[in-house]
Amino acid sequence: MSSRSRVFTETLLSVENISLSFGGVKALTDISFDIRKGEIRAIIGPSGAGKSSMLNCINGFYHPQQGAITYKGVRRSQMRSHEAAEQGIARTFQNIALFKGMSTLDNIMTGRNLRMKTGLFWQALHLGPAQREEIEHRKVVEEIIDFLEIQHIRKVPVGRLPYGLQKRVELGRALAAQPELLLLDEPMAGMNIEEKQDMCRFILDVNDEFGTTICLIEHDMGVVMDISDRVVVLDYGKKIGDGVPDEIKSNQAVIDAYLGVSH
Amino acid sequence: MTTGTASTATDVQDTFPKRLAVLARTRAGQPAYREKEYGIWQSYDWAHVAREVGLLAAGLADLGFRRADRLVVVGDNRPRLYWSMCAAQSLGGVPVPVYQDSVADELAYVVEHAGARFALAENQEQVDKLLEIQKKVPSLETIMYVDPRGMRHYQGLPSWVEVQERGAKRLAAEPDVVSSEVAKGHGSDDAIMLYTSGTTGRPKGAVLSYDNLVWAAEAGAAFDGLRAGDELLSYLPMAWVGDHIFSYAQGYVVGLVVNCPESASTVMTDLREIGPTYYFAPPRVLENLITQVTIRMEDAGLLKRRMFQYFMGLARRVGPSLLDGRPVSAVDRLLYALGNLLVYGPLKNTLGMSRVRVAYTAGEAVGPEIFNFYRALGVNMKQLYGQTEASVFVTIHPNGEVFPDTVGKPVSSVELRIAESGEVLYRSPGVFKEYFRNPEATNDTKTPDGWVHTGDAGYLDERGHLRIIDRAKDVGKLNDGTLFAPKFLENKLKFFPHINEAVAFGHGRDFVAVFVNIDMTAVGDWAERRNIAYASYQELAARPEVYDLIEGEIEQVNRDLAGDPRMSGAQIRRFLILHKALEADDGELTRTNKVRRGFIGERYKPLVDALYDGSASAHIKVDVTFEDGRKGTIEGDVAVRDVAPQSALRKAS
Repeated sequence: MSSRSRVFTETLLSVENISLSFGGVKALTDISFDIRKGEIRAIIGPSGAGKSSMLNCINGFYHPQQGAITYKGVRRSQMRSHEAAEQGIARTFQNIALFKGMSTLDNIMTGRNLRMKTGLFWQALHLGPAQREEIEHRKVVEEIIDFLEIQHIRKVPVGRLPYGLQKRVELGRALAAQPELLLLDEPMAGMNIEEKQDMCRFILDVNDEFGTTICLIEHDMGVVMDISDRVVVLDYGKKIGDGVPDEIKSNQAVIDAYLGVSH
Repeated sequence: MTTGTASTATDVQDTFPKRLAVLARTRAGQPAYREKEYGIWQSYDWAHVAREVGLLAAGLADLGFRRADRLVVVGDNRPRLYWSMCAAQSLGGVPVPVYQDSVADELAYVVEHAGARFALAENQEQVDKLLEIQKKVPSLETIMYVDPRGMRHYQGLPSWVEVQERGAKRLAAEPDVVSSEVAKGHGSDDAIMLYTSGTTGRPKGAVLSYDNLVWAAEAGAAFDGLRAGDELLSYLPMAWVGDHIFSYAQGYVVGLVVNCPESASTVMTDLREIGPTYYFAPPRVLENLITQVTIRMEDAGLLKRRMFQYFMGLARRVGPSLLDGRPVSAVDRLLYALGNLLVYGPLKNTLGMSRVRVAYTAGEAVGPEIFNFYRALGVNMKQLYGQTEASVFVTIHPNGEVFPDTVGKPVSSVELRIAESGEVLYRSPGVFKEYFRNPEATNDTKTPDGWVHTGDAGYLDERGHLRIIDRAKDVGKLNDGTLFAPKFLENKLKFFPHINEAVAFGHGRDFVAVFVNIDMTAVGDWAERRNIAYASYQELAARPEVYDLIEGEIEQVNRDLAGDPRMSGAQIRRFLILHKALEADDGELTRTNKVRRGFIGERYKPLVDALYDGSASAHIKVDVTFEDGRKGTIEGDVAVRDVAPQSALRKAS
C-alpha cells in the first residue's frame, strides 16, 4: 500500500511557535504546524520527543508558556480543555482511560455527556424530555457500536475486555462526542497485527464516513506511512520534519533521529 | 407487488413469489422477519416483505435481469438477502447463495460455473471479493450491495436502495412488470441452486425445483407439527440447504418467523433474546455449547457445582424417558421438577432453549453423550438425516422414538433402500433435478428411476430406524480384517471437550492411529488451571501434559470399543497432536467443517508415516493461508505416542 495523495486546503487548526516547559525541562520548543480539515495528520518521533505534550496542548490539558493556537479561526494563547471539548475536539489516551466497571454501552454514553441538555430534575425522574433525550443519545451510541463492530460486547464491563477491544471502546467514546477533530494518542500501541489492521480500517473509515479530521500519534512507521496524509516529526521537543509520508521517508534529519547518529 | 392483478395466477401456490402474494394478504400484519438494528429487534411483516421484494424485483428487471438469470447472493443471514432471493424468483431467475466465508477462488468458481450475470453482496468485504472475481470472470456484469458502509468511493455499483428506487420508477411506468413474470412461474421450474461443499473435488451445483422445496417444507413441518408463528434463529450459512429449507421455504410455506442475528459473535445473546421454538444446530455447535457450560461450571462455587452435578446425573437418567413418555417413578418426577426449577430451567434459558419445541441436529453423526445432554434437560433434540440432493429431509426421529444411535425413520413419501454394498439409497419428491452443467455427476448420483446414492453406508435396524455407520467409501478394513469406520472413532474422540477434531487412519494398516486437534478454549483453560505456560497453539499442543490428558481420553475410547466385539480390534494404538488447527482455508476441512481425510493424509504424510513406523516424533512443514489470503508456513516437531489397548474387563454401570 502506498501513501494516499489527497489535497486539503482549509486549515482547521494551527499551532504557532509553541513552547512548553516544566520547570527547567523544555518539552516543546518553538513548534509550528497546521492541521487541515479532513486530513489524517500524524505526529511521530522517538520516545520523549514531546508528542503527547503536543496533543495535550491542543486539547487544553497543558498550557504552553509561549505561542498561540488557532482553532476554527479563533486565535488563543491557551486552549482550555472544556472549550476544546465544546468546540468539537475529542481524544483518546495512551493508557486507556475508561470506566472499567461500566459496560461498553455506558462508557460510550459518557461521551455524549456534553450534549445532554436536560436538567438534573428531569434526569433524576427519567421522564419526559430526559427520556426522549436519552433515546436520541442511545441512537447515536448504537450507530457507533454498529460502526465499530462491537455489538457482542455491548453489555460487557470494559474491565473484562481484551486490550484491543478496550482501545476500540475508547475510540467509540471519543466518536460519541461527534468531534470535528479527533486526537488519537497511540491508538495501536500494544496491539497485535490483526488488531492493528482493524484499528487502521476504523480510523480510515471514521475519516471517510464522517469526514472527521484526525491527528494521531503512532510509533508503527508502517501504519503511519500508510494511513496519514501528512506527517510532522518531533525530536527532543523540536520539529525536525513536516510533509507527506514520502518526503518524511527521505528526510535525513528524520532518519538520523530514528537510527541515531554520531555527533 | 400488485396483488390485485396477480390473484388469478396465485390460485395455485406452486412458487414462493406466488405464495408471497397470498401471505401479503392473509398474514399482512404478522411478523415474517426480524433483525436487530442498533441493538433493538425490528420486525418486518409479510406486507412489508412483499413490498420490498416487489420493488427490488422491478429494479432488477430494470437492470436487465431476465428469466433463468442467476443471482449470486453472498453475505451473512440478513432479511434483505433472503428477500433478494424471492425477488430473483419473481422474475423467473434462480438465486445462488454462496458461503460467505469462501475465499475469492472458491467464489470465482461458483460465479463462473453458474454463469451468473448478477450478484448481491452484503457489504464491502464481499463486494471486494466480487470485484476481484469480475477481473477473471467477465460474465459477472452487475454487482449490487446492501450495506453502504465504506462504499462511498466505489463507482457504478448499484446499492439496494438505488435498485429499489429504479424499481419504484419502473413500477410506476409499468405496474405489472413483476406480477406478469410471477404468473409465468411453475412448480417444476428451477427455484434455487445450492453448491454442495464437496468432500472431494469441485463443488457441484444442485438444482432444486419449487416442487422439491415446497414438498420438503410441508413434509418437514407435518412431521413435527410446525405452525405459523413458530420462531427460528437463522444463523447457519444461507448457502446450506438446511438454512434454505428452514429459513426460506418453510417461512413461505408454514409462516415461520425468521430471526437474523446481529452478527456471528452475538448468536448466543440473540438466541436468548429470541427464544426460538424451532432450533437447528450442527453437532459442532452443540459440542461447543457443552464445552462452554462445562468450563463455566468449573468456575462456579462449590454449592452450584455440586447441584449441577447431582441434577445433571438425575437428568441423564430420567430426562430422556420423560421426553419420550416412558414410565418414571413419582420420586424421580418430583426430583426432576425440582431440578428444573434450580438447574435445567436457568440453563436452558442461558442456552436460549427455553421455548424450543423441536430441535434438530444433522450434518455429522453426533455423539450419544452430547445428544443426551440436551434431551436430559428436556429439549426435544432429534437427529435428522438429509442431503442437499434430497431437499434436506430423508429421515427424522419421530417423537417418542429417539435413539441416539440412529437417524430416525423416513419422512412421509421417502423410500429407502440399502444397496448390496451397504450404501443407502433414497427416493422422494424432494429429489433434486440435476447438478448444473454436470450431467456426468448427475448420472452417477441419481438413477434413471429417481433413486439417489447417498454415499453413506448404513442399515435399517429392527425398529425400522436407519443407522449410518460412515461414508461408504471411507469404511475400510485393517489388515487383519477388522472393520474400520474412521468417522465412528473420530466422533467418539470429539465428544471430549478437549478434542476439537480428530482424523483416524487404519484402512490397509495393521492398527488404528489418529491425529488429534486440541480445542484451544478448553485445553487453554485446563492448562491455565494447572499453571502450564504456553505462548501459542503450537506450543500448547506440544506440551507433554496435554499429551497425557489426550492419552487418558483415548484410553477411555478404547475401553468403550473393547466392549463391542465388532469394534474391539479397531482400538487406537498410536496418536499425535497436530501443531496447527485444521482449517477450511487450508482445504483441510470442507466449508461445513467436515474433515477431508484423504487430503490431510497426503498433506501430513511425514506424520502419518511416523504413526506407523514406530518413531517417537516427526518433523513437519506445511503451507497455510491466513484469513486475509496471505500465505505462510508453519513447521515444527510433533511427538507421537503409543496407547495401550484395553480389554473389556467390566461393563460400565
